[in-house]
Amino acid sequence: MGKKQKELLKVENLKTHFMIEEQKAKAVDGLDFNVFEGEFFGIVGESGSGKTVTALSVLRLIPDPPGKISNGKVLFKNKNLLGLSWEDMRKIRGNEISMIFQEPMTSLNPVFTVGFQIMEPLMLHRNMGKKEAKEEAIKMLKKVGIPSPERRVNDYPHQFSGGMRQRAMIAMALSCDPDLLIADEPTTALDVTVQAQILELMTEIKNKRKESAIILITHDLAVIAETCDRVMVMYCGKIQEIASTLDLFEGPLHPYTKGLMASIPSLVKKKKRLTTIPGNVPGILNFPSGCPFHPRCKHKMPICEKTVPELLEVEKEHLVRCHLYNSEGKNK
Amino acid sequence: MNKIRKSFFSPLFLKRIKKFKSFKRGYYSLIIIGIAYLLSFFAEFIINDRALLVKFDGKKFITLYSDVSLKKYIFSKAIETKEEYLEYKKLLGGDTLNVNDDERFSLKAKFELYDRIKKDFDNHRILRDIFEEQKRGDWVILVSYPYGPNENLLDELGERNPPTSPDGQHFLGTDDRGRDVLARLVYGFRIYMTFSLLLTISSYIIGIFFGAILGYYGGKVDFLGLRFIEIWASIPFLFTVMVISSIMIPNFTILIIILSLFYWISMARYIRAEFLREKSNDYVQAALAVGVSDQKIIFSHILPNSLTPVISFLPFTIISGIAVLASLDFLGFGLPEPTPSWGQLLSQGISNLSSWWLTLSPMAAMFLTLILIAFIGEAVREALDPKVYSRMR
Repeated sequence: MGKKQKELLKVENLKTHFMIEEQKAKAVDGLDFNVFEGEFFGIVGESGSGKTVTALSVLRLIPDPPGKISNGKVLFKNKNLLGLSWEDMRKIRGNEISMIFQEPMTSLNPVFTVGFQIMEPLMLHRNMGKKEAKEEAIKMLKKVGIPSPERRVNDYPHQFSGGMRQRAMIAMALSCDPDLLIADEPTTALDVTVQAQILELMTEIKNKRKESAIILITHDLAVIAETCDRVMVMYCGKIQEIASTLDLFEGPLHPYTKGLMASIPSLVKKKKRLTTIPGNVPGILNFPSGCPFHPRCKHKMPICEKTVPELLEVEKEHLVRCHLYNSEGKNK
Repeated sequence: MNKIRKSFFSPLFLKRIKKFKSFKRGYYSLIIIGIAYLLSFFAEFIINDRALLVKFDGKKFITLYSDVSLKKYIFSKAIETKEEYLEYKKLLGGDTLNVNDDERFSLKAKFELYDRIKKDFDNHRILRDIFEEQKRGDWVILVSYPYGPNENLLDELGERNPPTSPDGQHFLGTDDRGRDVLARLVYGFRIYMTFSLLLTISSYIIGIFFGAILGYYGGKVDFLGLRFIEIWASIPFLFTVMVISSIMIPNFTILIIILSLFYWISMARYIRAEFLREKSNDYVQAALAVGVSDQKIIFSHILPNSLTPVISFLPFTIISGIAVLASLDFLGFGLPEPTPSWGQLLSQGISNLSSWWLTLSPMAAMFLTLILIAFIGEAVREALDPKVYSRMR
């Protein structure tokens, strides 16, 4: 995307650690990325690669203890969120940055009506009265495509279907017109048709407000391809590759990304068998030395075991963390 | 838009109520206990030594709750001692008073009446008998069981020594101080139930507050809080209460406060466990992400989801509250005399073993009350059980 755009969120050297059995688990280990205004930013990675922890770190929702954001800066509109007081942070949550969670089934409180839960951020941040907030909640429900919202506001979460609950969650997250919406696997728990509807809804919402951005966290490359402008590939708490969606799908550079792409069934090319990436994501307590991907990598070199490669801009705005593309790798 | 029946309660709650009602034993027990407790607040209208209404000298007095003394009315001033009375009589002319027949209730008649009744002015049963004998048009309406819980009946028992056995007048006999046992049982029920309910509420408030904070914040708060609870729980509370009671005579409120200090522990543990479980749910994180404050998350988001142990333990806590008060009263460290009390009746029963009604009646009352509440508790627990077929039949 163009450089003229304003930066909305800038994450610098973010490190989030968890103490597990007196060992330090580096769930997020030195992240640098930025999200521009009006952008649909995707974060991809296998389970356990630190996607959700990244999102939670931005909102400072990491459970402490055992988690701790030990280093880094999260600049939102040039304000370091990590330095804010709880009180100020609370004013930002739900108001300027809001989040949609993975499980629509458990993300709504079963004892409150759906309407009330949409009203709550409005009453908190916009100082709306009950009546006003309710009208707004009905509007929001209508916006996210829930039929007869006047009736549905008084329903409880168990009276909603999964897709409707996720819509309600989106309505809740959008109720205060946030500048940044973080969607943590919003479609994972839903079936495919509902998935498409939800993604469409999110794109629609984003297109309506030019200056707001969405961070979409998913492990589904198809979802990324369909919606996102720019993608960040994560592995073992580190960025492996950042590029615009088009560049990434046209020419993936990192062997890990290539592996991910190869394991998607394609309609165009004829293939006999789907390839897989051999091995598993390493456990969080014993990341391999050097490049964390080297035990599974086809292009493994001796240097991969020793040093962690730097994140290098190989093509224009296409960053990759691999020894294949730096001087040391090329020399060999 | 079609109209929908909106309810203040959540559908799940209504469903549980419906399920509770289907357990007949518990449901009827709740109705019985509920009605009995409600009625006990109107016990003064049924069992009481004071009359409902007294008509005297053309005037009507409501004597049930007020402490209007007729004595005071007659001479328009309070006369307490005999000397005062004699002096007053002399001052007004005493026996040589002119009888003014026009005045319906002359001063002379008043003196006559006073001489006759003397100290029994506040005994409305005797007052009634005298009024009926005099046939002056005065009357007394007594309640249907005209004996009070703290009223000493020694004079009326005549030759018999208390405790007297049950008869037509005193259905459950009298205790060793000549007080009516039935009256004491009924008033005791009211006191015991109220005491136990208040104790339950106050200890639950403390327990929920502590447990919620421990469970929600976890970590060091939880660790230190739990250690404190363990230390606190190891204090033998009955002895502590006895020691405190022997230093100062506890009244109703003080006893509730002391007991609540020990009763909150188990609820704190349950609520803590519930919070540990509930706080990991996504809706808590969703609420945090929306910017709701901790306090609000604890008390209005998580707490309503953690009320299952509160509701299911409620009846059993009430039971233990009654049992504790009875045992303290039995040992003589409970509510001060002459509060009508089941435990105190029981201890009288131990010292008067031949008077079976002293032991049997409070035992039966306690047994019935406790078993009815236990039935309620059983049904509540079943109603909150998510499994449908978990009952052993």
